[in-house]
Amino acid sequence: MSSSDQQEPQAVRPLEVLYCQICTFPPEYCEFGSSLTRCKEWLQGAHSQLFDKYYSDEALQSKIGTLSLEAQAKLEKDSAKKEAKAEAKADAALKKKMASQVSIKRIERNKRKHVTAIHGLEAFDIELKKAAKFLAQKFATGASVTKNAQGQDEIVVQGDVSDDVLELIEGGAGPLKGVPADNVVIIEEKKKKAVE
Amino acid sequence: MFKKFTPSTDIAGQTPPKSSVQRSIRAAVLQQWKIGPETLEEIWPKKETLIHVKCREHISIYSVQSVPLFFQHFDGPFYPTLRLLHQYPSILPKVGIDRGAIRFLLAGAPMMCPGLTSAGGYLPPSEEALPKGTAVAVHAEGKEHAVGIGITELSTEDMRKLNKDVAVEVVTHLGDDLWALQTL
Ligand SMILES: [Zn+2]
Repeated sequence: MSSSDQQEPQAVRPLEVLYCQICTFPPEYCEFGSSLTRCKEWLQGAHSQLFDKYYSDEALQSKIGTLSLEAQAKLEKDSAKKEAKAEAKADAALKKKMASQVSIKRIERNKRKHVTAIHGLEAFDIELKKAAKFLAQKFATGASVTKNAQGQDEIVVQGDVSDDVLELIEGGAGPLKGVPADNVVIIEEKKKKAVE
Repeated sequence: MFKKFTPSTDIAGQTPPKSSVQRSIRAAVLQQWKIGPETLEEIWPKKETLIHVKCREHISIYSVQSVPLFFQHFDGPFYPTLRLLHQYPSILPKVGIDRGAIRFLLAGAPMMCPGLTSAGGYLPPSEEALPKGTAVAVHAEGKEHAVGIGITELSTEDMRKLNKDVAVEVVTHLGDDLWALQTL
């Protein structure tokens, strides 16, 4: 690079980098992730030329580079192990998800006033803040994310809207997508006679 | 630095710094990175407010329009996020690790000298030697894009000379929790 007095007033163009839709890495690094089989399937379908570039016999030969053959073999073995482990983990996570429950609880605040507490949505990857905002708009009322007595986050909506919330969750409305209807229950909580 | 980083518990708050502070951050970035003001303007337009995302252990992430662009530990150097570096690979000087070191880096380990001095590694030539404490793009043997970003723990000349111990502390890498944080 020769230094010249000429100033370059133009902005450098950003490089467009392709990222793997499965593991989010640049495809050249998929081999180090934990989903190589699925990554390869995706790349072959979406960018077949790149697939050949990275996974043809020559590419596989040359990429070993300065690594010893034993080290490469170990790397491949590790990669397969990692993948199996990640799959088992994903299975377990899915099972746990399917076993978790969302509860919609009607809570009596005083004789006429109720609030509706919705608990457990986060297990289904729902963003509580977004969901609360959505519900507040839907019912034109107040809704917030608060901690319950057990210190867990839940959404509290002003008013008795439990049946409507159930419907929205079953219909997968807005940010409330992804909760199977079987995993939702309505609970009614009567206020205990207050000792004043 | 971003191992077990959970946004919901590790982020203390998001605030826009005062405009005088924003100006001094811009000046520092221009001074620390190989980047012209025009290019920085594309990444972080002056009319956009920079947001300071305060995190645990004195980590500061800076974002524009919810996209994290760079970060800092205490008052150390500003590091671009890895995605930003991928778009503008020349903003940081490069070092390279051999293929055998890639999986250690991806596990969050610091890079030892032999990983950079071996045949598959890369260190800049003596006339472009980097001092200790330089933010560097960590590239990898046979790969086009950087695998991580780090800070030199030795000068690159000393890495060659000593050829043992930690050469580069890795601050962010592919697949860490900052990588997972595409928007804030
Ligand atoms: Zn992938």
